[in-house]
Amino acid sequence: MALLISVLEQGLIYGIMALGMYITYKILDFPDMTVDGCFPFGVVLAVVMIRAGVPPIMTLPICFFAGCFIGTLTGLINVVFKVRDLLAGIIMMTALYSVNLRIAGRANLPMYDYYNIFDNNLLNSLFEGPLSFLAGFQTVIVLLIITVVVKLVLDWYMSTKSGFMLRAVGDNDVLVTSMGINKGKVRIMGLAIANGLVALSGSIYAQQQGYFDVSMGTGTAVVGLASVIIGTSLLKKISFFKITTSVVIGSIIYKACVAIAIKCGLQSTDLKLITAVLFLIILIVTMDRKKKVKG
Amino acid sequence: MLELKNICKIYNPGSVNEMTLFDDFNLTVPDKQFVAVVGSNGSGKTSMLNVICGSILADRGEVIVNGNNINSQRDFERQRIIGRVYQDPSKGTCPSMNILENMSIADNKGKPFGLTRGVNKHQINRYKEMLSQLGLGLEDKLYTQVGSLSGGQRQALALLMSTMTPIQFLILDEHTAALDPKTADIIMELTEKVVREKELTTIMVTHNLRYAVEYGDRLIMMHQGKAIVDKDGADKKNINTEEIMKIFNEISVECGN
Ligand SMILES: Nc1ncnc2c1ncn2[C@@H]1O[C@H](COP(=O)(O)OP(=O)(O)O)[C@@H](O)[C@H]1O
Ligand SMILES: [Mg+2]
Repeated sequence: MALLISVLEQGLIYGIMALGMYITYKILDFPDMTVDGCFPFGVVLAVVMIRAGVPPIMTLPICFFAGCFIGTLTGLINVVFKVRDLLAGIIMMTALYSVNLRIAGRANLPMYDYYNIFDNNLLNSLFEGPLSFLAGFQTVIVLLIITVVVKLVLDWYMSTKSGFMLRAVGDNDVLVTSMGINKGKVRIMGLAIANGLVALSGSIYAQQQGYFDVSMGTGTAVVGLASVIIGTSLLKKISFFKITTSVVIGSIIYKACVAIAIKCGLQSTDLKLITAVLFLIILIVTMDRKKKVKG
Repeated sequence: MLELKNICKIYNPGSVNEMTLFDDFNLTVPDKQFVAVVGSNGSGKTSMLNVICGSILADRGEVIVNGNNINSQRDFERQRIIGRVYQDPSKGTCPSMNILENMSIADNKGKPFGLTRGVNKHQINRYKEMLSQLGLGLEDKLYTQVGSLSGGQRQALALLMSTMTPIQFLILDEHTAALDPKTADIIMELTEKVVREKELTTIMVTHNLRYAVEYGDRLIMMHQGKAIVDKDGADKKNINTEEIMKIFNEISVECGN
């Protein structure tokens, strides 16, 4: 049971990150490595802010917008300076490593003694009082609420005119130009929203884990891609799910696979190896190896 | 009015593949004229359209619209008053979105793409009416993904979408070439209807000499970056397909194809 809860928690947190990667990888066809730097960027910002006394709930929107800024930079490098997608992301990822260290001041920064979005007076009194039958599910319930809200907002955005342009730019950017819209701007906007979600996910992860570690980001992009690919292939079979729901479920499935691998005797130090092998298996099984062919 | 003045374009300058396509190319298209353009492969028809739309930049010369030089405008800025349909039916529509969503995007051209609803439900009947005029039964497929339509259906939709909002110019690049003859005829009829109804200044590149003779107010034949035939008014009306075919064969033989 504890394992199940832990899988759910991790899956939901990384699910928000995966929603961001869904925008870059599936919609924009942009394998965005920025994520490996942007996720811990969200973590460190949240930790530093909470240690400085910022209300935990406020760190979420702040990290989202900070992530948007990071995504905008990746987009500018790609669109304005015409650096190819993978390299633009790697440049940002590398730079962010140092930026994150700078913000933290050291490689590891804990915040165990601070209230956060999962552990504060309001929630604790609720879960000790009227909701006491749900004790033990506090974190997962908060996460469920946040993830559902994020998913609904993203769904709403995708149905707006601006969201239509985002979908169109990945589908057929010639049409975007025909509409008199700068396709470069739309791509940058997509990267901004995506990295906003990634940093948001990082800020939530920070509060669940209770610390920042500089190496936290390594492999995040791979986890995100794996979740997106599981989610989208899942959708082919069960079509009544919205794509955003599928991606979050993909993330939970992915985390479950990792948990099973560790249960089967692998060490947690093997985690990155598990991540890589699992990703490879997913790519082979879902046949998502080929790059999308675009007109 | 659309003017190309002294356009020069050299592809791959400085390399072994250097190729001078346009050397002082000039073209003036008065308002509401419907120009049909034919020419051998590689004669520069697509390049000319690309220069007009800003998809490629000329090395020298001016693109002038309604008296204003638009050289410094980028492709997406120029296309605010231009509708464009490509040879490839997939370029004019979004395959993973449905017909309704595609039409909603096209209907919003020229307005901001902000955070209001992408699909305006009040317009559905209007869209259906427009679709039913195509006579392809698309009005019953509003929620069908465009990617699953046939090439002809997509091209008809692309034509409709490119002319939904008030535009001044219509640029067509072999837009019937990928279609079977019957569908091509339908699309060509539609094109004529739209151009005349909306009084669009139109440049239509076509591979089909018959279309070039039957439709349009002016016929241009291009060869090696030059307009070697340019007939309008009564001259255009008196042209017959054989005559054009003869000239066309001569230039083709000259090229060795
Ligand atoms: N982007 C490009 N780079 C190099 N050469 C090009 C490019 N576009 C067109 N060309 C060359 O210019 C010539 C004219 O091409 P194009 O305008 O496509 O002709 P058409 O549409 O009349 O067939 C061709 O010889 C073609 O190879
Ligand atoms: Mg061509």
